[in-house]
Amino acid sequence: MATTASGRTTVPAPRARQPRRTTSSLTTNPGGFWFVLPFVLVYAAFTVFPVLYGFGMSFFNVSLAGAPTSFVGLDNYAELLGDSQVWRTLGHTLLFTVISTVPLVVVSLAMALLVHTGVKGQWFWRFSFFAPYLLPVSTVVLIWNWLMQGDFGFINGVLGGLGLPTVGWLSDEGVALTSVVLITVWWTVGFNFLLYLSALQAIPESVYEAAALDGAGGWRRTVSMTLPLLKGTTGLVVVLQVLASLKIFDQAYILFGGSGGPGGAAAPILQHVYDTGFVNYRLGYASAISYVFFALIIVVSLGQFALSRRRGRTAA
Amino acid sequence: MSTLTAPRAEAVATSRSGARVRQHSPLGRALIVTALVVVALLWLAPLAWALITSLKPEAETTDVPLQVVPDAGFTGTAYGTVLGNDNLITWFVNSTLVAVVVTVLTVAVSALAAYGFSRCSFRGRGLLFALTVAGIMVPPQILVVPLYREVLAMGLADTYWGIILPQLAVPTMVFILKSFFDGIPRELEEAARVDGAGSFRVFWQVVLPLSRSILAAVAIFVFIGAWNNFLWPFIITSNPDLMTLPVGLVQVQSSFGVRYAQVMASALLAGLPLIIVFMLFQRQIIRGVATTGLGGR
Repeated sequence: MATTASGRTTVPAPRARQPRRTTSSLTTNPGGFWFVLPFVLVYAAFTVFPVLYGFGMSFFNVSLAGAPTSFVGLDNYAELLGDSQVWRTLGHTLLFTVISTVPLVVVSLAMALLVHTGVKGQWFWRFSFFAPYLLPVSTVVLIWNWLMQGDFGFINGVLGGLGLPTVGWLSDEGVALTSVVLITVWWTVGFNFLLYLSALQAIPESVYEAAALDGAGGWRRTVSMTLPLLKGTTGLVVVLQVLASLKIFDQAYILFGGSGGPGGAAAPILQHVYDTGFVNYRLGYASAISYVFFALIIVVSLGQFALSRRRGRTAA
Repeated sequence: MSTLTAPRAEAVATSRSGARVRQHSPLGRALIVTALVVVALLWLAPLAWALITSLKPEAETTDVPLQVVPDAGFTGTAYGTVLGNDNLITWFVNSTLVAVVVTVLTVAVSALAAYGFSRCSFRGRGLLFALTVAGIMVPPQILVVPLYREVLAMGLADTYWGIILPQLAVPTMVFILKSFFDGIPRELEEAARVDGAGSFRVFWQVVLPLSRSILAAVAIFVFIGAWNNFLWPFIITSNPDLMTLPVGLVQVQSSFGVRYAQVMASALLAGLPLIIVFMLFQRQIIRGVATTGLGGR
């Protein structure tokens, strides 16, 4: 087993006399494969296999209803290009990603900066902002569906009480996607908030003390020192948020009971995948749409990776 | 709150942060507090209104204009009704069972694999690890169509294992644990091996005890993810007796119709367990977000 260390030479010397940490038979444990085996089995069966199987399916006409499966080549992909519902739901997904990422980053940063000032009641603020993140999506949506009711909903009740016009949160085509954004911000902002808060806590106190000696006030310090120091964290938060927002499905699906909202105005692309596969039973075509979406996710991930490497190099 | 943080750390934190807030002018301080109160109210209002609604008699939930205290007074009837309904209890048991099994198995499988990747050498290790890291990019949502057919073919549709098995492969967690194991000095293990311990005993008696905090963070995030998972259980279960809470709750709205007090009572009850988990493990959860940065998504 000692010979398996790739490329590294093992010097057989008495261990006790060896102060340097070299690759000995002790660090290259025998039986390593057995440690990895359980994971490899579940990973192969429930990730690698479905990835390949789904890709294969996208070249076939596969029906859940029992009709025979037939090879159709690139037909599914060709059909997808002309499927207006694909483009429409993809548009909703991208729009949702843009208009949800901005508040999810800005609001979480504001929350973290406010809490980090050290105002009393730290536990309470953290709890208030993070607790919604822990609720199951169904709980979140049931509550907001109730709050957003047109005639007797809480939000319209408050708006009316303030003399403002009421809004068709769930019934107005132009508002439906915004409603999903509001729910998502309320539900998940706490996660970004905690990322920012831990980054703020990692800034050494001496940095602030030096600025205080220079006579910089609280607001000026935040703008000129804290925000630049948070650049790296903001990059991470934006990337995680864009990837999370692109995968929008659960909230939108449940909020409108699977209808996609008034006129289908809030149906994301994953809902089109779901409808195609599990409502219309066209699994091959649903797989093809999944793979176009997958390609989008990979492009975003790789783009982010390249960007962060370049940024890392210029910073160094 | 002082019971949740080590007393010394707490003292340090307050003296520091006290200094920080004092650096603001009195007006600045007033603005900070006002902003925090407004945001906290906005964030708590939905939960508060849900709680108020759940405590109203059904006939008064939709009163216009809005009324906080119902004319007939608050009542726990809605809670009695939904808890007397077998479904909610069944879904609660299912969710607990699924989340606990998923958590235990995922942590076990991931920790073993992470140790194998970190400390052992075997043929194909580099390739396997590269494949694992690549898996971090695969959104679980794109797998549902092929997974559904696969699990159907295995005869596991509408079974607990059908819900559980596809959730066990979490490459992110393997990656996080491997990074942590990489940072543990090898000398400790070597000492144990000199004493004749085998690989597994070294892992179990030396490495795992050193990794308690990261294992707790991983376990908590896997648990949150499993408890709240909607899409896969939704697709693979059609039998109400096997549904988890998030899936079952969606049925509640249609079955309870416009009985909003009952809908809100069920929704809040389903959210309660994780809120309690948070109150118990606040420190670990907050640290977990910081160290993993990826959990729960």
